[in-house]
Amino acid sequence: MKRKLPRVDAAERVGETMKVALFITCLVDNFYPAVAEAMVRILHRYGVEVVVPDQQTCCGQPAFNSGYVDDARAVASTLLEAFKGADYVVSPSGSCTGMIHHYYPKLFAAEPGSADEAMALAGRTFEFSQFLVNVLGVTDVGATFAHTVTYHPSCHGARLLGVDKEPLTLLQHVRGLTLRDLPHAADCCGFGGTFAVKMSEISTAMASEKSDHVRSTGAEVLVGTDMGCLMNIGGRLRREEAPVRVLHLAQLLWEGMPVAQGVGE
Amino acid sequence: MSDAGWQAGNVVERSHEALQDNFLRGAVRFTTDRLKGRKSEATSELGDWEQWRERGQAIRSHTVAHLDYYLAQFCDRVREAGGHVHFADDAAEAAMIVMQIVDEKKAKTVVKSKSMVSEEIHVNHHLLQAGVRAIETDLGEYIVQLAGQAPSHIIIPAIHKTREQIRDLFVGVGATDLTTDTAALAAFARRTLRQEFLQAEVGLTGCNFGIAESGSVALFSNEGNGRMVSTLPRTQIVTMGMERILPTFADLEVMANLLPRSATGQKLTAYLSLITGPRREGEGDGPDELHIVILDNGRSRQLGDPDMQAVLHCIRCGACLNVCPVYRHIGGHAYGSVYPGPIGAVLSPLLQEGDKHADLPFASSLCGACYEACPVKIPLHDMLVTLRARYVARGKASQLERVAFRGYRVSFATPRRYKASFALLRVLQRGLAKGNQIDAQVGPLRGWTASRSLPAVAAHSFRSRFAEIKRELDVDDRGQGLGGKPEREGANNG
Repeated sequence: MKRKLPRVDAAERVGETMKVALFITCLVDNFYPAVAEAMVRILHRYGVEVVVPDQQTCCGQPAFNSGYVDDARAVASTLLEAFKGADYVVSPSGSCTGMIHHYYPKLFAAEPGSADEAMALAGRTFEFSQFLVNVLGVTDVGATFAHTVTYHPSCHGARLLGVDKEPLTLLQHVRGLTLRDLPHAADCCGFGGTFAVKMSEISTAMASEKSDHVRSTGAEVLVGTDMGCLMNIGGRLRREEAPVRVLHLAQLLWEGMPVAQGVGE
Repeated sequence: MSDAGWQAGNVVERSHEALQDNFLRGAVRFTTDRLKGRKSEATSELGDWEQWRERGQAIRSHTVAHLDYYLAQFCDRVREAGGHVHFADDAAEAAMIVMQIVDEKKAKTVVKSKSMVSEEIHVNHHLLQAGVRAIETDLGEYIVQLAGQAPSHIIIPAIHKTREQIRDLFVGVGATDLTTDTAALAAFARRTLRQEFLQAEVGLTGCNFGIAESGSVALFSNEGNGRMVSTLPRTQIVTMGMERILPTFADLEVMANLLPRSATGQKLTAYLSLITGPRREGEGDGPDELHIVILDNGRSRQLGDPDMQAVLHCIRCGACLNVCPVYRHIGGHAYGSVYPGPIGAVLSPLLQEGDKHADLPFASSLCGACYEACPVKIPLHDMLVTLRARYVARGKASQLERVAFRGYRVSFATPRRYKASFALLRVLQRGLAKGNQIDAQVGPLRGWTASRSLPAVAAHSFRSRFAEIKRELDVDDRGQGLGGKPEREGANNG
């Protein structure tokens, strides 16, 4: 059925001439496809042309952080290949983006041909909220989301990549949204990739404390920018039967955007 | 945990034990939170703390890069000032040197102020074996000594003890009518220790920094016990790591800001002692003899290793312990090494102590809080990853794990195999997944599902749907619309 949607203000199409290659991440692609979909739709709203290069699989971080450097490099090279021609690469994960920024230059340093490629890729790869705020210059997506929300800043995004105020800036502009400060927000949730399974009990202790802190805010929604962490905290909250929705920032924003709410139908 | 038991097992087993101890966890949480808060106050008032960190890093990396020069200069100046310098290759040699001096002095009692290197060389154990009383005079160290334990924190040795537990320990050595009030506890220790200072023949201290230009030993302490130990006994022994050098007093000024502020959130340490040689003619205080034992124990092997040399920059402030979420939950003893926390997880496997600490680098979520807190910017999180890679390269990882990552590499190396792998997982998870979640505690899933739900692989991957989404968006574009509403979905809303 043909829907009639409002015309888009030309000023909003700030990304009109941009072509963005989506670095989906293996986790979002297979476990949280709705996150990638929300990202694509938001980027599309700003006129950005999104492509999804088929060559990509995973950034290699699970192997790299576990000490399997050669295996990590073999998998990571799929990304170098996939994003060769892209102007911008945008990803829903601060951790996977951090892997490219922080570790790829060294991972490929001894590989003739790939070393420059890795440096260049790091220079044009952005985490979603940073791309929106720092590249597109968007701080208000025009969303309305009448819920209490608390935000968990993921460690790798914050510390390896420097994601700082961008997610909060976007959240602060959402109408009707009540932001509750998360106590001990900067403490790791205990995910840490294979750490979560290898050091299961320590990881669980960390996840439980994070879950306690989330619950103590009374927020209806926990939002973040990394599905690894949100899978961990969400998995714990669910086991505790806590009535907290867990959303990626892109999901929250898209859900609150007028087009998503079907305005003008 | 007895002194003999705290190093047994591996980090998984030891942390399992620690996680059952709610006293321990409560005490560690309480104190690290307080220290973190105080540190943030003490560092923010300095203005640009980042600039201070960079200065600290520059000083330490310069010193360590030229350690041969500065260490030689330090030793020359110590000797010129009348002190004796001893080099020890490893812990056993350092302990032997200390024991020879103690033996020569026919000492029956050795009083100690806080020294991590003295823990590293297990000097108390050697003294005890030789029938010499070793008395820890730092309050925290005194407490853990009474408990028959090792320190569980670099700066706060008894961080794992509650005040009730401390009171009970003091009652065990004769205290009567003791409350759990800090002042009362400290007063009891002070009374008891005063006698020991007066009768000890040898005083053993650590060394926060050795100043190369003067041969001075800089001691930071808060209880004044360091001064007693370095002035009352006739002989003083200093144990120090070979990297603990600063070129000049100007560098010490920077460290005098970085160290107390990072460690305990103090603007200044209560006592900063500078000891240059033994007591000279006409001086009232100080020992007749000063011996400085300089320990290598694996440190020199890090020089020239581009990934590990920075471990020698550490100034032992303990800030990385206070922010570490792993340390927060398991405390220090679970690390099973003299140095716990993130710095311990990096340093311990590098020391000349065999392979018993090789698993420590895995006891980290790699969150990077340690690096952020480090006043000299040691990239501990990167070093942990590098140590893991070395562990795997040495063939230490389990066969099962190696096969698993081999499988990962094969299946993620091409998009076709990647998609086929997840298609296979969709089939395999049937019977396990309820709704879109897996809670079954089977096989390798247990590590996750014992405490957390695991999302099932989605019925359709994003990539399999992208063409469809794209078509819809293109149609909308032509109609000036913007695409429809995604399904309402959340990681936790089933």
